[in-house]
Amino acid sequence: MMQSGKRASKLHLITAASLEEIDHWVAKYPADRKQGAVMAALRIVQDQNGGWLSNDLMDAVAEYLGMEPIEVYEVATFYSMYERDPVGRHKICICTNISCMLCGSAEIVRHLEERLGIKLGETTEDGRFTLKEVECLGACVDAPMFQIGRNYYAKLTKEKVDEILDALD
Amino acid sequence: MVNIEINGIPIQARDGAMVIEAADEAGIVIPRFCYHKKLSIAANCRMCLVDVEKAPKPLPACATPVTDGMVVRTRSEKALDAQKGVMEFLLINHPLDCPICDQGGECELQDLAMGFGKDASRYTEARRVVPEKNLGPLIATDMTRCIHCTRCVRFGREIAGIMELGATGRGEHTEIGTYVERTVNSEMSGNVIDLCPVGALTSRPYRYTGRPWENRQSVSIAPHDCVGSNIYIETRRGRLMRVLPQENEAINETWISDRDRFSYTAVQGEARLARPMIKQGEDWKEVDWHTALEYAVEGIRRVREQAGSEQIGALVSPSSTLEELYLAQKLLRALGSDNIDHRLRQTDFRDQDLAPVAPLLGSTLAELEARDAVLLIGSFTRKDQPLAAHRLRKAAVRGAAIMSVSSLAYDFNFDLAAEIVAAPAGMVNELAGIASALLELSGGEAPEGLASLLAPLAISEAHRDIAARLREAEQGSVLLGVQALGQAELSELRALAGVIARESGASLGYLPDGANAVGAWLAGAVPHRRPGGDETGGRDVDNMINDGLRACLLLGVEPEFDTAQPARALATVEAADFVVVMNPFVSETMKTYADVLLPVATWAETAGTYVNVEGAWQRFTAAMEPLGEARPAWKVLRVLGNLFELDGFEQTSTDEVHDEAREAIGEVTPATDSAWRLPAARTVAGEGLQRIAFLPIYGVDGLVRRAAALQATADAPPAAMYLNGALAAELGLSDGESAVARQDNNAVTLPVIIDEGVPDGCVLIPQAIKGVEMLASATGRVSVERA
Repeated sequence: MMQSGKRASKLHLITAASLEEIDHWVAKYPADRKQGAVMAALRIVQDQNGGWLSNDLMDAVAEYLGMEPIEVYEVATFYSMYERDPVGRHKICICTNISCMLCGSAEIVRHLEERLGIKLGETTEDGRFTLKEVECLGACVDAPMFQIGRNYYAKLTKEKVDEILDALD
Repeated sequence: MVNIEINGIPIQARDGAMVIEAADEAGIVIPRFCYHKKLSIAANCRMCLVDVEKAPKPLPACATPVTDGMVVRTRSEKALDAQKGVMEFLLINHPLDCPICDQGGECELQDLAMGFGKDASRYTEARRVVPEKNLGPLIATDMTRCIHCTRCVRFGREIAGIMELGATGRGEHTEIGTYVERTVNSEMSGNVIDLCPVGALTSRPYRYTGRPWENRQSVSIAPHDCVGSNIYIETRRGRLMRVLPQENEAINETWISDRDRFSYTAVQGEARLARPMIKQGEDWKEVDWHTALEYAVEGIRRVREQAGSEQIGALVSPSSTLEELYLAQKLLRALGSDNIDHRLRQTDFRDQDLAPVAPLLGSTLAELEARDAVLLIGSFTRKDQPLAAHRLRKAAVRGAAIMSVSSLAYDFNFDLAAEIVAAPAGMVNELAGIASALLELSGGEAPEGLASLLAPLAISEAHRDIAARLREAEQGSVLLGVQALGQAELSELRALAGVIARESGASLGYLPDGANAVGAWLAGAVPHRRPGGDETGGRDVDNMINDGLRACLLLGVEPEFDTAQPARALATVEAADFVVVMNPFVSETMKTYADVLLPVATWAETAGTYVNVEGAWQRFTAAMEPLGEARPAWKVLRVLGNLFELDGFEQTSTDEVHDEAREAIGEVTPATDSAWRLPAARTVAGEGLQRIAFLPIYGVDGLVRRAAALQATADAPPAAMYLNGALAAELGLSDGESAVARQDNNAVTLPVIIDEGVPDGCVLIPQAIKGVEMLASATGRVSVERA
């Protein structure tokens, strides 16, 4: 009642290594503008957490940067590269924007859906793959394309997709 | 000032003003949703697009600063085209459910759609649907109607000081909400209902009960705190429908607290006393007014003849109107008794002769906002007087040093520059430390006995810090709050606050409980002073409770909740020969001690005057007829005077009572300085922990305690004892476990809640709520042991 605004600390959810990395970004902003580092901090804790952000982790980021939790939720929900539900080990982000669409991305999507047995936005039961439809990733010249992890894979064909997926663990 | 032209009308506008402000001042209407003069500029609704000469595109009037020679057209083809285009976009996703929407009739979107919308939609694709949010018992949501103006979001961040709502998602998927399920807990949250330009956020208690055009609006004053917020009361066919803020820049700006907004639900509640009742043996009988009043007069007369006038006393609510208080003291004094008191939560009266003529703020509310340093002594302003706290918050945001000395690490909605948390008795030492530090700085002579108040402490860095900030401040205030006024150490605190204010050049002021504490002092509703402050001598509330009364008049008072000594007060009225209760409500407890129950009007049903903490006399009229056979209390008191055959009770209207009171009070000039006198030592009797009696925001008076919606919020605490972890461990108590709190011979069993904000050696037990009324006193010692 008396302390209604004060919540139990969740800072311990962020690892020491992540904190160190976040501090690197915090240092780029004036001391009273720490919240500038919120996007970097969310990316770092998302990586730490297997590719997605839990509410508790977002609260921890808010606490560390002196923000209200809702301000962090606003950022995390605005940008499509923050995941707020668990994702597979490999997140396949397939572009279906205009250039890729003209070059046959629908075919690639259908193939992926068949091969993995999931629809866009879903994760395979074994937790290996998540299939996500995204907007233009700026690689139109090599359309159709998708991104897995940090890598772009371009000029996709069904065969090439199979080859790529076979090579992943 | 710059010269601009809007729609061909030459206008002088302030440098840096936005076009929309200049237009508003000149009375030129520009449509808008997201712009609000009290909030930051978002410019995200685009409804206020206007045609500015030489600008290639229409510009948002809310975010375009005026420049000299600017020519603006708000109704040109270009402007209207832009406005109509924006409206069409806004209506794409807005449901056409006006017939079942509570906002209908006072909806900004509905109004503007009449002017700028088309009669048919060109949109054939899917519309979005947004799930409802649960924001708690006060605010109802229909989020599909939201047009993302973000007024509610900005209100939380900028005004309430706690950001609870936000805009999550992006583009068409943007939603306003809390993201995680939680209620909105700001004590000013109801203002988002007024801010919302559509029907997305509406009042839950008012939901589906009426249409605005059916309501009759009356001007009134909020009856719960000493700010005296200006309000509208809306009634329909004699029923109170809702309460809304009335703009008054000097007092409440455009806001009101949730307490002022939602307490009205109790006015029509089941607990109202509809007819006068008298006790016949063990049974209660409904009677007509004449019988009841005759019975009351006869009962008091009997006591007076048998035991003398000094055995008659009155306890009156500090939220009674000035007229009621004036007539109550006049009646008592005409009967030969000075025993009247409104200071029901006060326990220390040693220095009452030194008290100022009224507990005034020492500045205006608006000036509070411009203070450089404020020292709060025992004040949880945020919940005690939310709108005064809003002024302090604005000062703090501007960079002023707001500091607090109290008995609880309290959750303010702004950052304190310094905070000292000490046991109630320890607050004396801390203030003595600050006073001594100030005397060191000023080189002034320490008043006699100051050192004895400081011991066993020495002047600490914290004291020096507060002293320095107060001294440096060009405009400073030292304010005694509700906690301080209720403490057993009030005399010491007041004396020290006086020294601190004098040595730092700050003004000394008060933030008392009740809506009309200032009015009560002025009207003479204190035993030792007549209207206007002439000295006399009667028994104070503490004396009346502890030495007993034979006849007692209770005006708007429930002894078990409204006094600082609930169990003792209850025992006193139970032991009295004759008790007259004047109250809008009735309870089973009342029936155990009362002899006559007289139904009186609530503030909404009577005319009257509240004097706020600045000393502003604010008059209001009745918004509706009293419920049942209830009568305004001033009339009841007047008729009692007639039946006692006393002179001076011939008034026929509140105006007459007001004018008479005004004349009796005269021109009062409050003393700016407070005299120093070392109070006679007072030992805290008994063993055990010191009790901190926290007064919950929704426990302050009978009306609020019966407002169901407010009682369902997080600000209505459970009856429990709060102590810190270390102390709990020492006593062998853990969180959630039950423990027994004992005072005098009374004991209550309460759950333990660990709260690290409670200082050592103390237990915090809220007062004025069910479950703690059997404790003897809000101050003093409590022994706590395992159940």
